[in-house]
Amino acid sequence: MSEHAASLSRACAAMLRRDLLLAWRRRGDIAMPVLYALIVTTLFPFALGPEDTLLLRIAGGVVLVTVLLAMLLALDAMFASDIEDGSLEQLVLSPQPLAPMLGMKILAHWITTALPLIVISPLMAAMLHLPAAVIPVLMLALLLATPLLSLLGAVLVALTAGTRRSGMLLALMLLPLCVPAVIFAAGAVAAAQQGLPWLAPISWLAAGLVLAVVLAPLACAAALRIALDA
Amino acid sequence: MANWIPLWLHKLSSPPTFYRFAGTLQPWATALALLTGAIALYGGLVLAPADYQQGDAYRIIFIHVPSAWMSMFIYGVMGLASFIALVWRIKLAEVVAMESAPIGAAFTFITLVTGSLWGRPMWGTWWTWDARLTSELVLLFLFLGVIGLYHAFEDRRQGARAAAFLALIGIINVPIVHFSVNWWNTLHQGSTVKVFGPSKMSGDMLWPLLLMMLATKLYYIASLFRRVRTDLLAMENGKDWVRKIAESEADR
Repeated sequence: MSEHAASLSRACAAMLRRDLLLAWRRRGDIAMPVLYALIVTTLFPFALGPEDTLLLRIAGGVVLVTVLLAMLLALDAMFASDIEDGSLEQLVLSPQPLAPMLGMKILAHWITTALPLIVISPLMAAMLHLPAAVIPVLMLALLLATPLLSLLGAVLVALTAGTRRSGMLLALMLLPLCVPAVIFAAGAVAAAQQGLPWLAPISWLAAGLVLAVVLAPLACAAALRIALDA
Repeated sequence: MANWIPLWLHKLSSPPTFYRFAGTLQPWATALALLTGAIALYGGLVLAPADYQQGDAYRIIFIHVPSAWMSMFIYGVMGLASFIALVWRIKLAEVVAMESAPIGAAFTFITLVTGSLWGRPMWGTWWTWDARLTSELVLLFLFLGVIGLYHAFEDRRQGARAAAFLALIGIINVPIVHFSVNWWNTLHQGSTVKVFGPSKMSGDMLWPLLLMMLATKLYYIASLFRRVRTDLLAMENGKDWVRKIAESEADR
């Protein structure tokens, strides 16, 4: 029994190392979502005017939605190369359970796309004059909301694995699922901005994340089996 | 004891049996839907008294509320059929789930349009980011996502299974969305018609509303059966029973 567990954890570690290594070999791709987020953030003052009070009011929401869109753009690539070279089918056939393996892939994808976005989020927030005291709350909300989006997105990407063009479809399918995450993350930032207690929405986000960490890899595995007709 | 019920249901799930069954029931459902719909509209638009506060403008309720009920009811039917399709791999359940989606999307769209027409004189705005309105909009996106995913696959059955899975995820999502947007913002009036306990609505307004609910249900059955029949013919086009139908049609 413990031998099983040991081989599973070895396989998980190998999976994570492989995906991170692959991402590291193509470092340029990691920079793209970050650049995209910075460009979108820059566009807002041009479109709305450079008034400090207005930008300060919308800063939290703009950063959240920008990060969400940047993640959505990168989501498509989560399984794309693995489907092309057939390694995803090998993963489905492997003796290890599929769900934890996919969990590792989602973790690797989160580390390579969402973590850089969280790292530059203070810069984006500062560009829009968000008070320095609110920035930790924003980062905490992002730290909880982005893995939630990665997990939910992974299920949908797995569902579209058998189709050719899925970019717009993915956006249509993800929107209803990400509404609660956006509401609670933005609620926490808005509460912090008004000096109100912000723990409740953060707790809801954390609860959603716990639920998703347990259920999403299982759903992702089931979706992949449907999409690959395995 | 009642062994014939599961047996009959099992038989009904075979495409040729359901094709015949739906063919017999569908004209009756259409006729009854038209009849009850006409009576309900007459009752609602002519017989029912004007509201003491909203005047005649409230009469849109006879379209709006039954459509809203139907949008959720059809999502429920779609979710149930999806569950059956995924667990027992019944072809008919896949077809029912996928053919329910466009009808449900249409009812959701009607709900949103009539709601915004009603909101203009009552709230003074076409649209507001209220909890119920937002939930309904999200429901529309869920329906559209299911339809989109279904058509993204080249293989119809594979597409149906993937879309059924999405419908099941959506059914978990709907209460979460409803709760979260409720927490976020609310302006819409609460429920007036209750299943348990007395309704807060006068009887001469209530009966057209309930009759309209029946009419929309019958319309759904008629429309669903018609769509499912067409889909079954297309799906089973290589089978013997379809060839027989095609030959008898050609002879006529």
